[in-house]
Amino acid sequence: MDKNVPLIEFRDLVKHFGSVIALSGVSLSVQRGEVMCLLGDNGAGKSTLIKTLSGVHRPTSGEVLVDGHHMTFTSPRDALDAGIATVYQDLAMIPLMSVTRNFFMGREPVKGIWPFRNVDFDHCDAVTREEMLKIGIDVRDPHQAVGTLSGGERQCVAIARAVYFGAKVLILDEPTSALGVAQTSMVLKYIHQVRSKGLGVIFITHNVRHAYAVGDRFTVLNRGKTLGTYAKSDIAIDELQNLMAGGKELQALSSELGGMV
Amino acid sequence: MTDISHVTGHTPAEEIKKIQDERLKEVSFITKIMRRPELGALAGLVLVTIFFIATADPSMFTLAGMMNILSPAAQLGILAIAAALLMIGGEFDLSIGSMVAFAGLIFGSFLILTGWPLLIAIAATLVVAALLGGLNGQLVIRTKLPSFIVTLAFLFILRGLSLVGLKWATGGSTQMRGIGDNAGEGWVREMFSGNALEALFSWLAAQNIIAKFPNGTPTVTGVPVSIVWFILFAIAATWVLLRTRAGNWIFASGGDANAARNSGVPVDRVKTGLFMLTACAAALVAILTVLDAGSTDSRRGFQKEFEAIIAAVIGGCLLTGGYGSAIGAFFGAIIFGMVSIGLTYTRFDSDWFQVFLGAMLLLAVLFNNFIRRKVTGER
Repeated sequence: MDKNVPLIEFRDLVKHFGSVIALSGVSLSVQRGEVMCLLGDNGAGKSTLIKTLSGVHRPTSGEVLVDGHHMTFTSPRDALDAGIATVYQDLAMIPLMSVTRNFFMGREPVKGIWPFRNVDFDHCDAVTREEMLKIGIDVRDPHQAVGTLSGGERQCVAIARAVYFGAKVLILDEPTSALGVAQTSMVLKYIHQVRSKGLGVIFITHNVRHAYAVGDRFTVLNRGKTLGTYAKSDIAIDELQNLMAGGKELQALSSELGGMV
Repeated sequence: MTDISHVTGHTPAEEIKKIQDERLKEVSFITKIMRRPELGALAGLVLVTIFFIATADPSMFTLAGMMNILSPAAQLGILAIAAALLMIGGEFDLSIGSMVAFAGLIFGSFLILTGWPLLIAIAATLVVAALLGGLNGQLVIRTKLPSFIVTLAFLFILRGLSLVGLKWATGGSTQMRGIGDNAGEGWVREMFSGNALEALFSWLAAQNIIAKFPNGTPTVTGVPVSIVWFILFAIAATWVLLRTRAGNWIFASGGDANAARNSGVPVDRVKTGLFMLTACAAALVAILTVLDAGSTDSRRGFQKEFEAIIAAVIGGCLLTGGYGSAIGAFFGAIIFGMVSIGLTYTRFDSDWFQVFLGAMLLLAVLFNNFIRRKVTGER
């Protein structure tokens, strides 16, 4: 396959909710083994964009191309089947269910013949343990509820699940926003590991530092539009921060407040 | 910065291992047991049994006494197990009690008014119940109203329809008689009324293993079929819940419908199916009790919806969904039967039953919440 064809590309995505224009022409592409950071403040349209990409919303207009082919997603299932997996900030896991049950939720492997067809839980448990060990989380008991895991571990389980089920593109919705420092670095390191496997990652965040730590390219979204895409070599972290704040000079604000922002 | 491993000389996996929370999550045997949602119901059953062994007449724990306890427990239990599955799936059905009365009416009408054979009448009753359950489910899903409100409406609609329908079908009475005479005989009837395992019980009596009358017939001639249905349903529901894909989907739909949907679980289909199942369970109870009594009336199944939900909660179901057990509801229903019948074997006023019931419910809810927080790490 042509190396230069982006793994996923979308052109001029527009999404209206009644009279509200949530997205007014957003374009973005992600290559294999690349972390594309999507930055934007609250209300910039990040959530709408994710939901459109993952098949929850249908775009009002615009194109989505996967491996150069036009695609239309009518449900989250369609997007999943096309290899686009979305890991939501807080909607990824069900706390009351076990790690195994969460890991295989919606894609349980079955054995036996109907009506005695049942889920191969021994296999599931083994796979879950193994996949978790690969990312350095020792789930001693895959039957323990996900609620007992830390926030960082939960995000890692969600990402590992997507990778295991053959995702080509990972959309990570603010995976680090609710996490502490150590947990954030756990997740960022795992994102780095996923990239080295050749997956494309769309990393949505409003934290410039987190983005700069793992990102290859950065797209800034503001009021439903992209303000531009920059390679890491072309932009410094401060410029990125200023761009995200909507051109407002953060430096000025910073001195006004007499310290760091 | 991009390649962390070059900086530190470790692979990312090793790095993650290092910064991982070092506090152990060793799973003790106690935690493992506490994690079972049916623990509370089992403990409750043991306590209640001890209470009655201490206070009740010993005849309560004879074979005949056990059948006395299990018969009402079975009727309630079939409803409770279905209610438990629905609650785990994140919804309530307050209309199951009324559904028993309504299903009894249409079942009786199919036999008496249209004169259909028993097998067809049973199948048709189940189909009608499933359609009504599906209607409940679709209303809940499409309106996004709480199922509590939608099914509360159906509690009254179905109870009212049962009254009006009975009067219309019988020419003014709220009771429909003669259903037993129209049901015919044969294997279909034997599946839904009378006793099972009669040959075994005769043999056991002949071997002097169980009590018998002087003429040689056993004092208990067999297991009422409702108890057999109850046990089979409990086994099937537990298997579905714990071992199948549908079971995982039920937990997921009730645990977090959005997360489940995002993972590709057909939440709406699961919920609609569960509403259909509860309605069919109510219809099954109607068929069993109507064939047993030979008649049906408008008060059949009165307040059974609350008892079923209470039994499900005692069995470990959370009111918020996503957690619970079918076998727990099984034990919950047996506790119910044991207390309601058992008090008549003691010198206590049997009206203490309701007090006991309320207290038991309160205890169960508190216990369940405590366990959930303890074991699933919810903060």
